[in-house]
Amino acid sequence: MPNQTEPLFKAVGLSKEFGFGRQKTLAVNQVDLALEEGEVITIVGESGSGKTTLAKMILGLISPTGGEVFFRGEPRDISTYRKKLAYWKNIQAIFQDPYSSFNIFTKIDTVLLDCIRMRGNGNLPREKKREMMAEACSFVNLKFEELTNKYPFELSGGQMQRLMIARIFLLDPKILIADEITSMIDACSRATILDMLMELRDKIGMTVVFITHDVGLAYYVSDKVYIMEHGKFVESGTPDEVILNPKGDYTKRLISDVPKIYEEWDLSTV
Amino acid sequence: MLHTIKEVFRSPKFTIGLAIFVVMLLVVFIYPLIITDDPLDIIGLGTFFEPGIYVNLYDGLESKTYVLKLEDAAANRIASKLGEQERLDIQEYLLLAGVPEEEIDIEDTEKLLELWLNNYDPTVRFPGSTSAKRKYYARLDASLDGLLSTEAAIIAVKNEETGELEEKSLVKQDDYVNVSKVANVRVLPLGTDNFGRDMLTELVSATGVSLRIGLIAGLVATSIGLTLGLLSGYIGGWVDDVIMFITNLFIVIPSFVLLVLISYSIGQEQRGASTVAIVIGFTSWVWTARAVRAQVISLRHRDHVNLSKLSGHSVAHIIIFDILPYIASYVVMAFILQISSGILAEAGLSILGLGPKTTDVPTLGLMMNWAMIYSAHIMGKWWAYFPVIVVIALISFSLNLMNTGLDQVFNPTLRD
Amino acid sequence: MAKVMLEVNELTTKYITRFKENVYAVDHVSLKVEEGKSLGIAGESGCGKSTLALSLMGYYFPPLHYTSGEIIIDGQNITGLTPDNIRKSILGTEIAYIPQAAMNALNPTQKVIHFIEDVVHAHFPDATKKEIYDLARTRFETLGLNASVLEKYPVELSGGMKQRTVIATSVILGPKVLIADEPSSALDVTSQKKVIKMLRDMMETEIIKSMIFITHELPLLYNVTDDIMVMYAGQIVEKASAEKAVFDPLHPYANGLMGAIIVPEEGLRDVKLTAIPGVPPNLKNPPEGCRFAERCKYAVPQCKVIKVSLNEIGNGRAYRCIFSEDELREFYKDAKSN
Repeated sequence: MPNQTEPLFKAVGLSKEFGFGRQKTLAVNQVDLALEEGEVITIVGESGSGKTTLAKMILGLISPTGGEVFFRGEPRDISTYRKKLAYWKNIQAIFQDPYSSFNIFTKIDTVLLDCIRMRGNGNLPREKKREMMAEACSFVNLKFEELTNKYPFELSGGQMQRLMIARIFLLDPKILIADEITSMIDACSRATILDMLMELRDKIGMTVVFITHDVGLAYYVSDKVYIMEHGKFVESGTPDEVILNPKGDYTKRLISDVPKIYEEWDLSTV
Repeated sequence: MLHTIKEVFRSPKFTIGLAIFVVMLLVVFIYPLIITDDPLDIIGLGTFFEPGIYVNLYDGLESKTYVLKLEDAAANRIASKLGEQERLDIQEYLLLAGVPEEEIDIEDTEKLLELWLNNYDPTVRFPGSTSAKRKYYARLDASLDGLLSTEAAIIAVKNEETGELEEKSLVKQDDYVNVSKVANVRVLPLGTDNFGRDMLTELVSATGVSLRIGLIAGLVATSIGLTLGLLSGYIGGWVDDVIMFITNLFIVIPSFVLLVLISYSIGQEQRGASTVAIVIGFTSWVWTARAVRAQVISLRHRDHVNLSKLSGHSVAHIIIFDILPYIASYVVMAFILQISSGILAEAGLSILGLGPKTTDVPTLGLMMNWAMIYSAHIMGKWWAYFPVIVVIALISFSLNLMNTGLDQVFNPTLRD
Repeated sequence: MAKVMLEVNELTTKYITRFKENVYAVDHVSLKVEEGKSLGIAGESGCGKSTLALSLMGYYFPPLHYTSGEIIIDGQNITGLTPDNIRKSILGTEIAYIPQAAMNALNPTQKVIHFIEDVVHAHFPDATKKEIYDLARTRFETLGLNASVLEKYPVELSGGMKQRTVIATSVILGPKVLIADEPSSALDVTSQKKVIKMLRDMMETEIIKSMIFITHELPLLYNVTDDIMVMYAGQIVEKASAEKAVFDPLHPYANGLMGAIIVPEEGLRDVKLTAIPGVPPNLKNPPEGCRFAERCKYAVPQCKVIKVSLNEIGNGRAYRCIFSEDELREFYKDAKSN
């Protein structure tokens, strides 16, 4: 089969077990997932559903205990440092808690310079690099002149998350895993961040995988939604199918539990 | 970073601890510049000279004399020889000698001395009196000789030709010399030790050496512990298994026993202060390694480490820049405690006679050892061991205070 | 006219920083909650909504300090009471408070009923164990909690269950005002819904007489409270009924917040989110004029100089803007059609 029809990323029967003996738990159980180029998908699950473990396996930060992963149609090989580096040029992430995502001892400049170096542009002249960093910052509505020589923790949560997007802007990956990126920031900054991220996606055409517990967000941004319960996908499809007309009991319950404003929110079903 | 350092100095505990420590360091560095004597010089012939000002008697006689008419001079002179205890002892002797109790008035010095002169007989042995007691009475008798005399003492020199004594000068009872005019005066604030060495000079030098031992031991222990902890915690897998196996091996053997065995096998002559320090360091890295490993394990799955991996950093880069700064405060605290326990370990070893060789430099432990061997603690020669204990306690106290202060700054839940 | 349960007049409280700067986190806030009503307070983090909650309870511990204004609970003026007096006579019976991490209040080594006994004994030292148990059981059952929870240790309960247990316990003495500060934000949606249901039940069964609910999640507020108050930089910028606040906000900031709501409902996928650019002003030296002017896309030069007061426009509605109602609605209509 030619590579063109293969999805950008494919996982078959992906599983992860923690512990052994009687304490063994299956965090992720036989998950199949395919990511097409430029697609936005959302994996929705409550806490403990295994969605973050799945995200880390896709990223290659933890190794699966079962299943196969294909990248661009070929089995993923991240056994050495160099191969990992090559893989991570294509796949990047933004994490949930902006306050713990940055090394508190590293200045913002260093964070951004690392991204430029990662793209193989470490040898460019200083001015050119500053220009690139300034461009990335202005894309997320931050002023590079105000950030230079500052530490990330001097920014607000929303600003840090925007800095993360600036990082992705410089890295230009094929796939972005956005793991609960809005759950630690308030509703007002959430819209800003989602807007910026979607704008960036349109610009560089990357695939975005949102990992979230927020059904509203899933409905709003994605092309395809996966509902995850106890390490398994229980329902998947387009947002209109899954969220407006849920089939499974779990999905129905999950969606009925989200507060609504246009429809009546039925509180009698708890 | 700068903020944290400011915060550290705002902690009263740390500041007090540091102040004590710095004062000790300053003394250790400045004292030898002023008093340049070799700390191991034997100056006193005899053991355990009491603390005080030692005035050269010969020079005193040669100095200019001043006459001071002081009313209580005679009373003081008597009191220095015939104190409360001596009077009671005399009473006891007189009672044994058969003097009726109502005749003895221990407040009346003249009467008491008269009774003593009349009744004291060095040849008589009373039942139950020990030879020590008899010697004591003989000494007392000698010291009381001429106590009430008002005559001047005669200084005589031998005539070289005839061999006769010729009077040279008279020392009257109200003659005084000015200490500052006497050519040779030596102040021994802490007296001398069993070998007759100036305790203070020795103590200052020993403090310096002990601090150096603590520092080297701390450095060795912390660097071994840190390296092993980082490697085993971050890399995990079989590296972790091997390192933890070695660490557990060291844990089950009590480190002090190991220390004693290694020190013993090295042999007295080879044991310099630095060798002992390295040996101490080599046996006390275990807990640092375990604690660092535990912290690294909790750090290595943090998001900032993940982000660093995703930014293409190598393992070495991640360990140095993403792990080490986060545990630096802990390592500094562990280091401070290692210094303090290194000093204590040296003291422990030396008391057992396994410390550094004795001919080279003094250490706090060696000084304790000497004081113990020569029974200073039994004979009540407090100046031979008490100042050493105080210095050891002060070092430990100041280092632990600094450690607690740092802990409060780095661990916000402990702040009050 | 219904009885006023909580009345706050021109309350101002400040934080004094380490460098002795004054930060007025609650700036001349007035509000009224009538019997049987609930008030929601919305705003982004740092707008002073949590500080307002602490101030209402008289929780003045450094660095928080009382400055001016008064708080009246059911006719009783509690301003000026010491924190100790407040704890003895007000907390629990007059006013109750549930923070986000309320579930951590349970002592892991003691059964839930023990915790309830402590709460009751603080006010009624003579209550017997039997009385307390009966009261707790009825209360728990009314609120849909199984009475067996009372005999359990906190570790046996899930996070959501613990949170509901603490909420049920904190209203055991039937407080006149309940202040809930993000009571469900740390929970997943199912537990969140249960907490919301419980709060609504408490209002309906009149266990609590009135409620203040604080959160940044507008859809939640809309479903829980009768009125909504929006705070920005320590001040009230909008006060309206929940319906009006969500569907007809007047203040540009409130309008912006409403535009950022994401709910999974039909047709909303195509609505463009309106994000508010910029960050709130530093309260160490707030701007002269309108505090929102820097970020407001409708701002005119006067906005930055004129001190704007709260416009009361009847029906309990108020907003803090120099433009008139109609002008503002016109702006928003234009923005939508573009």
